[in-house]
Amino acid sequence: MTTTVQSEPAASTTASTTTSTSTPTPTPTAASAPTRIPVRRLVAVELRKSFDTRSGFWLLVGTGLAAVAATVLVIAFAPADQLSYGTFTLAIGKPMSILLPLIALLSVTAEWTQRSGLTTFTLVPHRGRVIVAKGIAMLLVGVVAMVLAFPLGAIGNLAGTTIHGVDPVWDQTAADLAYYALANTLLVAVGFMLGVLVRASAGAIVAYFVYAFVAPTLLTLLAMGQDWFRKAQPWVDPTYSQGALFHGGFGAQQWTQLAVTSAAWLVAPLVVGVVTVLRSEVK
Amino acid sequence: MLTVERLTKRYGSAVAVDDITFTARPGRVTGFLGPNGAGKSTTMRMMVGLTKPTAGTATVLGRRFTDLPNPGREVGVLLDASAQHAGRTGREVLTLAAQTMGLPGSRVQEMLARVSLTDTEARRRVRDYSLGMRQRLGIATALIGDPQVLILDEPANGLDPAGIRWMRDLLRGHADRGGTVLLSSHLLHEIEVIADDLVVIGHGRIAAQGTKADLLATTGTLVQTRNGKALAEALAAVGTSYTDHGVRSAAGITTLRVDADPEHVGQHAARAGLALLDLRPAEGAGLEEMFLEITAQTQREGDVA
Repeated sequence: MTTTVQSEPAASTTASTTTSTSTPTPTPTAASAPTRIPVRRLVAVELRKSFDTRSGFWLLVGTGLAAVAATVLVIAFAPADQLSYGTFTLAIGKPMSILLPLIALLSVTAEWTQRSGLTTFTLVPHRGRVIVAKGIAMLLVGVVAMVLAFPLGAIGNLAGTTIHGVDPVWDQTAADLAYYALANTLLVAVGFMLGVLVRASAGAIVAYFVYAFVAPTLLTLLAMGQDWFRKAQPWVDPTYSQGALFHGGFGAQQWTQLAVTSAAWLVAPLVVGVVTVLRSEVK
Repeated sequence: MLTVERLTKRYGSAVAVDDITFTARPGRVTGFLGPNGAGKSTTMRMMVGLTKPTAGTATVLGRRFTDLPNPGREVGVLLDASAQHAGRTGREVLTLAAQTMGLPGSRVQEMLARVSLTDTEARRRVRDYSLGMRQRLGIATALIGDPQVLILDEPANGLDPAGIRWMRDLLRGHADRGGTVLLSSHLLHEIEVIADDLVVIGHGRIAAQGTKADLLATTGTLVQTRNGKALAEALAAVGTSYTDHGVRSAAGITTLRVDADPEHVGQHAARAGLALLDLRPAEGAGLEEMFLEITAQTQREGDVA
């Protein structure tokens, strides 16, 4: 509202200068002009929100402990001739692939189930930006988990082979690790999608377990009994085509299958969820 | 400055907020008064972009809330003190708000002191907070960005008398420094004490608005007696008009608002040999009457109808 007349000659007798613009005073009428909240800051806040509650904190600690426990269990119980880097990363990835999606899911649903969204979406009245920030934050969590999983697997491999007195086997190429990272990232994305779509912690967790455990089992049984489904499964079952990533070695057809199932079971429901979030009323 | 223009919210065929227009001005506390379910909260949610209006606009400082670059720095909002993650500590809730707004961490401690939450209380999780403590935390969240405008939904709920007094002083101080305050309540007397302007809402419509002084201007006399019929006849005999507020069935007490001064009413009651239970100037009775009417229609309590 205020305009500064720049053409005023310096000969003006008043002592006021136009440079002192930012002197905030505690009176409510004199706020300095605020600038738009950067996404970077929102990502930092959303990351913090995922781990500043007791449940979030223990999920994080639990994921770490489970990864270490998986390493120790492999050393203790796996036969010496099967110890390899791949065995370790696969074992470490198992608990991560279960718990990381839950962290992503809860980061969204908590805003509704705990009703903290009332504050979140008032401080940032653009829900799309908040959802994007949450998505980036969860992606970062997934990346950090991978970054920690790979050296942990390496340490496990070295320790295990030393204890058993055999030579370490490094059977994972960079490409294998990339497949592995992509598979875990997609699982985190699925958890995030279910959070956005369901927007209630209990319901979304149930949906996630159906997606990750119940559905694959039933579909495997179906594939065993029905020949037509065995042929169709890679094209319609997302856990099948995503699970194939852990074995790597994708050809053009497998990439297409992954793209088809991800579009149908990840992207489409995510779009529906985001549109609903943007339109719905926050109460 | 807060402006609401022709704001309307319909849910299917039900109308929650029906074409309401009002302004909350700087330097004044505006009371937003109405019974539960009148549309106060829906109106406030529309103001801050949580609910999309069916029609109409709400602007804060001349802009739509969603167009504010960093809303927390300009508008402090408290809609529901219980709407917080139960597993977060009070200090963490404030820290998140401060970080989102880009404020230094020192503001958190300042705000905790401002709303009298001790360090021990700030370390506890919100699930263990009383409603009064949640209100204080909510007020701290609203104030932390040092905003010019405050929008508070029932902020006195759950506060003890000392807390209500504290809240009153705080809002008064904010308005006296030039800030705009809009606060809602379903209790007339709670809001009467603090508000400069009043907006009364019922069934989603504005029933009355104006300065408190205008709305509460003395209008006649309130009188109570067990023999309402005789008093009504005595007043009618001398041509004095009155409004019957009805009989409280249990006690059989009739309340009348009479368009005359108390002395006049007292004299005619004495002449008719009637015992009065209450006789006083009807300050704000017009508003109270209207408010009771709105409330009665909403809550269908036979006694006040």
